[in-house]
Amino acid sequence: MHPFDYVAAETLEEALGLLREHGDEAKVLAGGQSLVPMLNYRLARPGVVVDINRLPLGDISVDDGRLRLGALVRHHQLEESDVLARRCPVLGEAAGLIGNVRVRTLGTVGGSLAHADPAAELPAVMTALDARIAVASASGRRTIAAREFFTGPLSTALAPDEIVTGVETPALPAYGWAVEEMSRRAGDFAVAAVVALVSVDRRGRVDDARVAFGGVADRPFHARAAEDALRGREPTTESIARAARAAREALDPPSDAFVSGAYRRLVAGVLCRRALARAVARALGRA
Amino acid sequence: MIARLVLNGRAREVEVRPNQTLLEMLRDTLGVFDVKEGCDEGVCGVCTVLLDGRPASSCLVLAAALRGRAVTTLRGIERDGGLHPLQEAFVRHGAVQCGFCTPGMLLTVLALLEREPRPDRPAIRAALEGNLCRCTGYAKIVDAVEAYVRAEGGRDG
Ligand SMILES: Cc1cc2nc3c(=O)[nH]c(=O)nc-3n(C[C@H](O)[C@H](O)[C@H](O)COP(=O)(O)OP(=O)(O)OC[C@H]3O[C@@H](n4cnc5c(N)ncnc54)[C@H](O)[C@@H]3O)c2cc1C
Ligand code: FES
Ligand code: FES
Repeated sequence: MHPFDYVAAETLEEALGLLREHGDEAKVLAGGQSLVPMLNYRLARPGVVVDINRLPLGDISVDDGRLRLGALVRHHQLEESDVLARRCPVLGEAAGLIGNVRVRTLGTVGGSLAHADPAAELPAVMTALDARIAVASASGRRTIAAREFFTGPLSTALAPDEIVTGVETPALPAYGWAVEEMSRRAGDFAVAAVVALVSVDRRGRVDDARVAFGGVADRPFHARAAEDALRGREPTTESIARAARAAREALDPPSDAFVSGAYRRLVAGVLCRRALARAVARALGRA
Repeated sequence: MIARLVLNGRAREVEVRPNQTLLEMLRDTLGVFDVKEGCDEGVCGVCTVLLDGRPASSCLVLAAALRGRAVTTLRGIERDGGLHPLQEAFVRHGAVQCGFCTPGMLLTVLALLEREPRPDRPAIRAALEGNLCRCTGYAKIVDAVEAYVRAEGGRDG
């Protein structure tokens, strides 16, 4: 590993001051599950690593339908939290698909969003939920819509001296949910992943639908076409298949060494149909 | 820098470099060789330790960041210097060949059983997804865990 200085910040102000002082030379350390591999392989060579694990950013709270997650909430907490199981279960289902059990012990919500892997689950979930990401720097705080936060592969709207402090989102407890993905091996990043959220009205028609993909573009993809194809419709096998087709047609996924873009697109369409079907079944169960 | 930890029940302070991982500290500085080194990127599971009871990749933890946490390696689960009954089950069921993956497998299983004492086969497989074995083909490892769970279940009730 390349040599660097290590500082464990005691307060948010201290962490933000260090980032301001060191600029591009500084790297924030949260769960380390993406940063440390990059350090081990010298893909990242920071001058100073600013450990934020001591900061009080580990809370999960829901009030008045608004859900707040601190940046240091770990993936396993999303899986195990009773409040989330009741109020926003899509998070637990998505977190259970992240990497392996060791990644979930340490990996954090804020780290996953800041790292912005295009195939990651949580960025797609936050896109579907239409969450807002709270960030802070030495000059102040702001929130950024998840749908605008991701700007490319491993790229976000964060400035180098900003820290993600948390996420705020409507919890959507009445929505049915599902996350589907396909990976080449257990624990790998997904070839394609899809998050679906559906609510139904009293007559059993789709009131609202949210669909977002991971792995199919340079950032999470918000599938408006699929949502529009379902809203106001009766959620039948046919209308679900039509919505999934609309989603697929809007995609132009990249090829890589393992998977062609055409195959990825096909897989994305199938996963979308399955996710919508499961989300609808759960929505009908909750209505 | 000083890394502070409780290693297998004993409080330790260890002089480390800021860029030293827990894995490097355990093997290179302390000579704890029951923790193995494989991929250095969190994939293979041979460097598994328990951090406050949960499985973690020691290759992805900075030693300087430990701040007094409890680190358990395989040695920490041995009973009175003898094998733990889960280790005996592994031996009996042919779940150990070269043995390189075994410490990580055992620790991961024990952490699972702390939270879920009666896992079924799919749950055992899911928990071990991140622990690669190049010898056994996994079936005998899962057999050994199932047999251990059955025997322990019989013992407590
Ligand atoms: C084997 C393996 C498999 C994996 N598989 C998956 C998978 O299938 N899906 C998935 O989504 N992820 C996967 N991951 C990545 C994992 O989810 C990481 O935990 C996550 O991407 C980064 O979170 P972290 O807390 O570990 O961040 P770190 O590794 O600590 O940091 C990652 C990056 O984000 C920055 N950062 C961290 N926190 C903040 C913050 N609060 N504010 C500003 N910047 C910050 C860091 O400076 C760094 O650049 C995998 C990792 C491994 C090792
Ligand atoms: S060496 Fe740590 S997971 Fe492979
Ligand atoms: S026994 Fe050889 S790697 Fe598992």
